[in-house]
Amino acid sequence: MSAAFLRLEDVACMRGGRMLVTGVTLSLAAGESAVLRGPNGVGKSSLIRAVAGLLPVFAGRVSHQGAMALCDEALALEMRAPLGRALGFWARVDGAKAGAVDAALEALDLTKLADVPVRMLSTGQRKRAVLARVVASGAPIWLLDEPGNGLDSASVALLGTVMKRHLADGGLILAASHQALPAAEAMDFDVMAWRPLEMEA
Amino acid sequence: MSALPALILRDAALAWRSGGLWLPLAFLLLVAALFPFAVGPDAAVLSRTGGGMLWIAALLASLLPVDRLVAPDQDSGVLDQLVLRGIGDEVIAVAKLIAHWLSFGPPLMVAVLPAAALLKLSANMMIRLEIGLLLGTPALAALGLMVSALTAGLRSSGALAGLLALPLAVPLLIFGAGSLADQSGSALKLLAACSLLLVGITPFAAGAAMRAGRE
Repeated sequence: MSAAFLRLEDVACMRGGRMLVTGVTLSLAAGESAVLRGPNGVGKSSLIRAVAGLLPVFAGRVSHQGAMALCDEALALEMRAPLGRALGFWARVDGAKAGAVDAALEALDLTKLADVPVRMLSTGQRKRAVLARVVASGAPIWLLDEPGNGLDSASVALLGTVMKRHLADGGLILAASHQALPAAEAMDFDVMAWRPLEMEA
Repeated sequence: MSALPALILRDAALAWRSGGLWLPLAFLLLVAALFPFAVGPDAAVLSRTGGGMLWIAALLASLLPVDRLVAPDQDSGVLDQLVLRGIGDEVIAVAKLIAHWLSFGPPLMVAVLPAAALLKLSANMMIRLEIGLLLGTPALAALGLMVSALTAGLRSSGALAGLLALPLAVPLLIFGAGSLADQSGSALKLLAACSLLLVGITPFAAGAAMRAGRE
């Protein structure tokens, strides 16, 4: 896990025929974190998806060492299953250690909801469930797209705790957010600075 | 690849819970029960046409869950999460193909037993029908998955998938129903060849469709 890194070299992202960002260069080593900032629609999510390999990179290179876990708007949990079992599926796919799901539920204060079907959870609880999936995956690289959306202040504090613990364990985090995240030591990147020049008008 | 069995189990369990197991069974039996009302109770006519009719029913039963095979996983981000973990779209398609076949192939073959009795099929013909279905249902599953992946994310994708799949199923119907009257076994061989082709290309076609659907 200590060898994990994530490197973007001169990356450009195109979406629907529109160049969103160009010349994105950043490098994260184990224990480091970065937050992409900028207004809605500037290309934060597209950049995260490109890093995750879900969107083709238009130019440049993304290289990484270590598995990735993604938290985005999509729940990716079976709606009718109890939360514990829905997370258990991903733990099986990831080959996570026994007890990883329980520990992740504990970390996000979801233990009491483990037997509740996913479709009954509130917006904030769903977001915490997604974060629990990320925690349980055991992947060293976390990609968090708007992880604070829909969370109350107590849950944001929980998010800060798990992020800090992940970094201390030698993980790394790339987050995108338009709001403040509980990540004091994270490097800040303004996505507006990567906008291609012709888009300014 | 430890993800493949986990994926097959998950998809099969999902199909199971959404009525996947009894739905094709009930569908086939319903068609077999209604058919004599439409063409009359003449045993000779029933036994001559019943086998072909069961093939059509099997084809339609395979299309029943077509709008639920890929689209929900695409919408809920499950496909994204799998791809993120380095699982190829083709592997996902293979898992979905196997799970889809498990959810309707064996139930159909069970349903054919009482349906054959309802239609006064001879024992010989019933055995041919079962062998044909064993060879042909994987192709029906492949076809269903392919059009399901192609139409995922479109409006009224279920109807569209049916329109796309039915012409492609014509060879299966010809050789499948043809094998009932054919004594030489060549129709079964051609059916198996069609089946092999469809099962072979579907993981790549469905995988490419799922990849294109992500952008």
